[in-house]
Parts: sequence; C-alpha cells; structure tokens
Amino acid sequence: MTNVRSLIFSIKKQFTVILFALSNKASAEWDDLNMTQGATAISREVYDLHMLIFWICVVIGVLVFGVMFYSMYAYTKKKNPVAATFHENTKVELAWTIIPFLILIAMAVPASKTLQSIYNDEAGDINIQVIGHQWKWQYRYLEDDVNFFANLSTDLDEIYNKVPKGENYLQEVDEIVVIPVGKKVRFLITANDVIHSWWVPAFAIKQDAIPGFINTAWTIVDEPGLFRGKCTELCGKNHGFMPIVVKAVEQDEYDLWIKEKQAGAIALAELTEKDWTAAELVERGESLYIKNCVACHGPNGAGVTGIFPALAGSDIVLNNKTRQIEILMEGVQGAAMQSYAEQLAEVDMAAVITYTRRSWGNAEKGDGEIVVPKDIVEYKKAKI
Amino acid sequence: MSAVIENHHDDHHHGPAKGLKRWFYTTNHKDIGTLYLWFSFAMFLIGGAMAMIIRAELFQPGMQIVEPEFYNQMITLHGLIMIFGGVMPAFVGLANWLVPMMIGAPDMALPRMNNLSFWILPFAFFILLSSLFMEGGAPNFGWTFYAPLSTTYAPPSTTFFIFSVHIMGASSIMGSINVIVTIMNMRAPGMGLMKMPLFVWSWLITAYLLIAVMPVLAGAVTMMLMDIHFGTSFFNAAGGGDPVLFQHIFWFFGHPEVYIMILPAFGIVSHIIETFSRKQLFGYSSMVWAMLSIAILSFVVWAHHMFTVGMPLAAELFFMWSTMLIAVPTGVKVFNWIATMFRGSITFETPMLFACAFVVLFTLGGFSGLMLAITPADFQYHDTYFVVAHFHYVLVPGAIFSIMAAVYYWIPKWTGNMYDERLGKLHFWLSFVGVNVTFFPQHFIGLAGMPRRVPDYALQFADWNMVSTAGAFLFGFSQVFFLFIVIKTVVGGKKATAQVWEGARGLEWTVDSPAPYHTFTTPPKVS
Repeated sequence: MTNVRSLIFSIKKQFTVILFALSNKASAEWDDLNMTQGATAISREVYDLHMLIFWICVVIGVLVFGVMFYSMYAYTKKKNPVAATFHENTKVELAWTIIPFLILIAMAVPASKTLQSIYNDEAGDINIQVIGHQWKWQYRYLEDDVNFFANLSTDLDEIYNKVPKGENYLQEVDEIVVIPVGKKVRFLITANDVIHSWWVPAFAIKQDAIPGFINTAWTIVDEPGLFRGKCTELCGKNHGFMPIVVKAVEQDEYDLWIKEKQAGAIALAELTEKDWTAAELVERGESLYIKNCVACHGPNGAGVTGIFPALAGSDIVLNNKTRQIEILMEGVQGAAMQSYAEQLAEVDMAAVITYTRRSWGNAEKGDGEIVVPKDIVEYKKAKI
Repeated sequence: MSAVIENHHDDHHHGPAKGLKRWFYTTNHKDIGTLYLWFSFAMFLIGGAMAMIIRAELFQPGMQIVEPEFYNQMITLHGLIMIFGGVMPAFVGLANWLVPMMIGAPDMALPRMNNLSFWILPFAFFILLSSLFMEGGAPNFGWTFYAPLSTTYAPPSTTFFIFSVHIMGASSIMGSINVIVTIMNMRAPGMGLMKMPLFVWSWLITAYLLIAVMPVLAGAVTMMLMDIHFGTSFFNAAGGGDPVLFQHIFWFFGHPEVYIMILPAFGIVSHIIETFSRKQLFGYSSMVWAMLSIAILSFVVWAHHMFTVGMPLAAELFFMWSTMLIAVPTGVKVFNWIATMFRGSITFETPMLFACAFVVLFTLGGFSGLMLAITPADFQYHDTYFVVAHFHYVLVPGAIFSIMAAVYYWIPKWTGNMYDERLGKLHFWLSFVGVNVTFFPQHFIGLAGMPRRVPDYALQFADWNMVSTAGAFLFGFSQVFFLFIVIKTVVGGKKATAQVWEGARGLEWTVDSPAPYHTFTTPPKVS
C-alpha cells in the first residue's frame, strides 16, 4: 500500500516538475501559440472573449469526450456482450438541445457588446487613409498632408536563402506608419486594384481594403511601441510580402515626425530642378526599380510570360519614351500595371525610367534616350 | 404475367458488358458508383500531391521549391480539386452504390442521365488541370476566386476555369435530380420517409442543397465571364459594380456547399456507429430534424465568411447569432452518436475507428467553428491559419475520414472480399496521427498571426510549420497505402458473407456479397 502511495506521490512530483518546466517554456513562447492580447482596450477585450469561448469549448469537450471515451472503454463487446436496447429519451434530448442554446446565449451577450464598442464611428483625432496596392500599402495623413508608400524592406537574397534571415524577416518595411499614443486614430481603408486586408493584431483591426469602397477602423494605443501586421486577403503573387509596421509614439515625437516628413517632401521636389546626368539617374533608378518594379518585371526585366510584360527588349522601353512615361503615370487599364504618379516623385519617376532604358542591353538595342525630371513635369503640365 | 414481360425481364438479367464499353456505356448504378469512387480517388491523389508541394514549400521560411505565382496556382487547384473532384464525387459514388440498395430499388431512377453526369466530370477536370500548361498559368486566385483578382487581374486561363466549373455544376445538378427522383419514387413498399436509412436521408437533403446552390455558383462564374470578356462591370467598382457582391453570391453558394460536404458524412457515421455498437441508433428522428435544421440554417449564415468586408453592425450581429445557432443541431447529432455508443456492445473494426475519430475530430472542428462565429474574435482569426486548421479539421478527419470509413464498411459488399483488418487499422492510425500532426499546430500558427495563402512566413512560425509539413507527408503517404489496401481487397481476400458485420442493419446487407449486378428487381417488403 505504502509502495503504491509513494509511487503515486513520485509520479505527481515528476508531473509537477514537468508541468512547471513546460509552463516556464510555454510562458516565454505563449505568444507563438496564442492570440496576442494586443495594445489597446479593444484588443484586450477581444482576447478575453477568445479565451472565454476557448475555455467553454474545452469544458464542453472534456464532458462530451469524457462520456464518449468512457463508453468506448466500458462498453466493448468483451465487457458488455449484450447491448442495451434504448434508442430514445425525450427528456434527455430536450435537455441537450436547450442547454447548448443557453450556453450560446451566454457567449453571444459579451460578443455582441464587444462588437458594439468596436463599431463606434465617432470621428478620429487623426485620420489616416490606408490604400492597398499590389503589393504595398499607401498611407495618407489627411490632416497633415503627409503621403507615402510602405514597401517590404526584406532583401530578396534573404527570401531566396542566399543570406541569413534577419530577426524581422518579412515583417519590416521601408516606411513606418507613426501614430501618437492616447489619441483616437481612424483608418480609412480602401484599395487601388484588388481586395487587400489591413491587419494589425495588436489593435485587433482586420479590415478589408476594397477598391471603390472605404472601410473604417479605429484605435487608441495606450503605450508607445512597435506593432507589426500583414495583408490577409490573397491579392496576387506577392500577397505574402506586404507587411505593415505601425509605431506608436508620444505626441511631441509624433509632431516632430510629421514636420520631418513634410520637409522631406519639399526637399524631394527641389531635386526636380537639378540638372541630371544619365549615370546619376541610372544610379538613383536602380534601387527604385528594385523596390517598385522587381515584384512583377523581375530583377532582369524579363517579366513573367503571359502576365507581366518583359522590359528587356520591349519596344516601348527601347524606342518610345513618351509612351513609357504615360504608362508609368497612368497605369494600364485592366492589367496589374498601376499608376505610379503618386508613388514616385518626378525625379524618381525619371530615374527609374532611365534605369530601364539603360539596363539589360536596352541602351544598345534602342534609342538610348534618357528621361529627366523636367520631362515628367512637362507631361504633368500637358495633362492639365 | 404475360410471356412478353417475362422475356423482357430476362433481357435485364444479363451481366455487365465486356471491356471498356462496359464503363463508357453503363447505366448500372453500381458501375457508375464505382466510376465515381475511382475518379474521386484519382482526384484525391492529384489534389494531395498539390498539398505536398504546398507543405514542402512551407517546410522552412524562405522561397525554396516553387515561385509565389505557382504556389498560388497550387493552393487554388488543391482547393478546387479536393472539393469538386475529391469529396463531392466520392459522396455521389457512395450514393449511387448505396441509395438504390438501401431503399430496395433496382437502380437509379434516371440511369442514362446518371451516365452523363459522371462522364462529363473527367472533361471538367481535364480542362481545369490543362490550365496549368497554358500561358500565364492556372487560376491563381484561391478556390474562392474573389473578384476583381479573378476577373480584371486574372490569368487568361480563367475562362477555362469558368467552363470547367459550369460542367462540374451541371454534373452535380444532374446527380442530385437523380438522387431525389430515386428516393421519392422508388422506395420499397412500406419504407416511409421516416423509415429511410439515415444515409438516404442525408443525401436527400444534400441533393436539395445542391440543386439550390449550384445555379448560384454558375451565376457567379457567368458574371465573371461577362466581366472578363463582354465589358460588363458586375464586380468592378470603376464601372459601377461591387466586388463585395461577388462574395455575397459566392458564399450564398459556398456555405450550403460546406454542408453538402458534411451531411452525407453524418449519414455514413450514423450507420457505422450503430453497426459496431450493436445497438439501434439513438434518436433517429432527431437526427433527421437536426440535418434538416442544419440545411435550412445553412442558407442564412453565409456572411460569416465576410465579417471583415465592412458590413453594418446589424448584419454582423445577425450572421454571428445565426451561425452560433448551427451549434445546436450539430451538438444534437454528436450527443446522439455518443448515446448510441453508451451501453452498447462495441468492437473497433477499421470503419468504427474512422467513425470514432470522425466524431472527436469533427467536433474539434466544430469548436473552432464556434470560435470563428464570434465576430470580434473573428477579426483576429479571419484569413489566418486558424481558419485553415478549422476547415481542414471538418473536411479531412470529417468528410474524408467518413468516406474512408464508408469504403472499409461497404467494400465487402461491393467486392465480396473482406479487406485486411490489420492493414486497415494501420492505415487508420497512420492517417489519424498524420492528420493531427498536420493540422493541430496550424491552430497555433494561426492564432500567433500567420495569414493563410502565403508562400513564405516570418521566423516565429517556423517550428510549427515544420511539424505540420512532417505530418502532411505522413498523411499523404498513408493514402498511397490506402490505395494499396483497396486494390488488394478488389483483387482478393477472405470471402465476405451477405451480412458482413454482425450488427449491420438495412436492405443492402440482405443481398449477396458481392452485390449482384442487378439487385431488387422485385422490391422487397419493408415492415
């Protein structure tokens, strides 16, 4: 007897140790296994709701499977050669219809309340328009006239396993969305081409970005921090490669950031006036090409047969500078080619076009003419 | 009886034709059932091979094996082939084999249409698969083909995809009409509706669902066709259309479609649990009512797939509540199965193992479904691997396990040979472990934030993706083993008796094993 007891005791002890070790490890990696609690009141409410429903399901599961496993264990043919003959019981059947219904109501009440608080469409302190493009996000701060595109900044070599992957592999962008803490920030979400979905788990915001529609979502972040999200609606080839990074900062830091952004835009506009040489434009254009064009047209301008036209050896790139400017400015109706008029400043537009005209042997095959920022300015003037 | 009729009667007693002609010209429900089952097995293996490509690419972060464009083609075709080529034809095949035998009918009511509804299917899938070799590649917009990704931005092969969906739809509608007409008109005397075996009930309801929603799918793809080729703007906001309209139409088809893929499974599992518990099914009439309620509710829950498209609060609340309601009849079914086992006299042959796994794992899928119904939480779950885990739990250890259970359960009746019990059990355990190792970790990576339909992912998801891929390959290879077991049983094995299983009830067990080419040419009497 004592033997059995001590055995049970030692098993219990072992079990506790293992459990403790597991929970230690688990708490460190808990975020890798469960929904985030997030950084806002709403996201915590959503997390609590998630855990509530989860535990209700666990309890129901234990009860239901408990009866099932017991039956499988206790009523085998060996132990119970003759089966019982009952096959109906109105009371029991009513009970297991009504009780689940009541449990569902218990779940629906808090869920409906949380949903109502999410659907609070009062105006925000700061309104940011979020526009999904294949495969980048555009952010437009409506009050402050700040406008930029955020592209994935993970190196292609990391993606293709040529160099080790960084800590924030596929979760880093070249332009971070900055918002102030403690303010109601409203996002007006739409798309330019196909449907995307703007998801930042820490805010419990996932809202589809639909061309022709504007959806809204809002957040109030309590503490400064960096929050990462992703596109969650299949939007074509690079759907997996258009992350979101939002940084919440104190108000004064935010004001400073807005000023810097505005100053940067002015500086970029001034570059239009500079006299550019072909070499300078090609140099500037290369990184822009990688950032904006490689996704479809490929690193060697070869495109993808049948979907994305090649730029290497293309007649337009070789000999028709006007048409090329027009395509970049207007996009191509009914195709994946979008308008870059807003995405690229005049100088960058000129640089990237010149880069394509001077690369992959295009310079030798075509007219080799370069495009300077003033050409873009003229195009814009002619349009007006 | 006059001599003329006697002669006519003799005419119909010849066996199957010889050679390939037998299969091309056949109007025999058993032959057509066999064709459907083999076809769905072939599609299951092709769709499975695509799943292996997907999982192999996801084994590690980074792009290794395929390019993102091809990856998207794989996820699209994997979904379409498994749903329309794997699960649905398998259930139609089972209906063909079993419905006439279960209701004591000599054949399906419309045998020539039966032949046609099968033989257009291979063409549909030939067209769909051939799009892989077209310029621009196969459809790459996911099996849900949301516009405008599937219209304005789609590869040229989309038109072929549209026609193949039309053919699949035509096949399904013809098959459903056949099932309904057969069940309504050809039941043996004495078999009232509430005396029908549950598999027959489940298919009657499924067939009505199919007739209701397949035309809706056909409408959706036709509108796509118009948008792509004839300058309309149904789904193009720039032309005054509405991309969200597509999703409403698609899911009005898509949600009943989900139940189309699970109701026949309910029927199968009910029979198997009853047989191996050696006890009459608990709550027959509540089973029927539960299936009917699920079918009716399935028409008013579609927008729970669209909680994030920006619907008004009232719509979100309505679809949340209506979706949660489905848990009630589904719960009733699970409770009934368990009550059937309770105080039964149970043995665990392979079909019973699959059926028990079905009850547990389908219920797990039901739990995650309930979680997904909670709109605010769905904002976090939507379009992540949590959803992938959820619907694979209801489709793989749900629908597909029920099909495997059905094959083990009825194959002695079809072939006259018993399958190898040892191998069957091994196949079960490999599949059971494989399926859970594959899909259970996907709950974790989904909750932790990995979106679905991505060819590459952030580093924190690496461990569980690796586990999931290992499970997927285990599951995949187990199905090649299943193929071997089936072929081995077709070729030979211990001879089966007519009764086959000690506890089996129903008319199909009253005929010889293998079932003669023509059964019930004179209807049996059901008391």
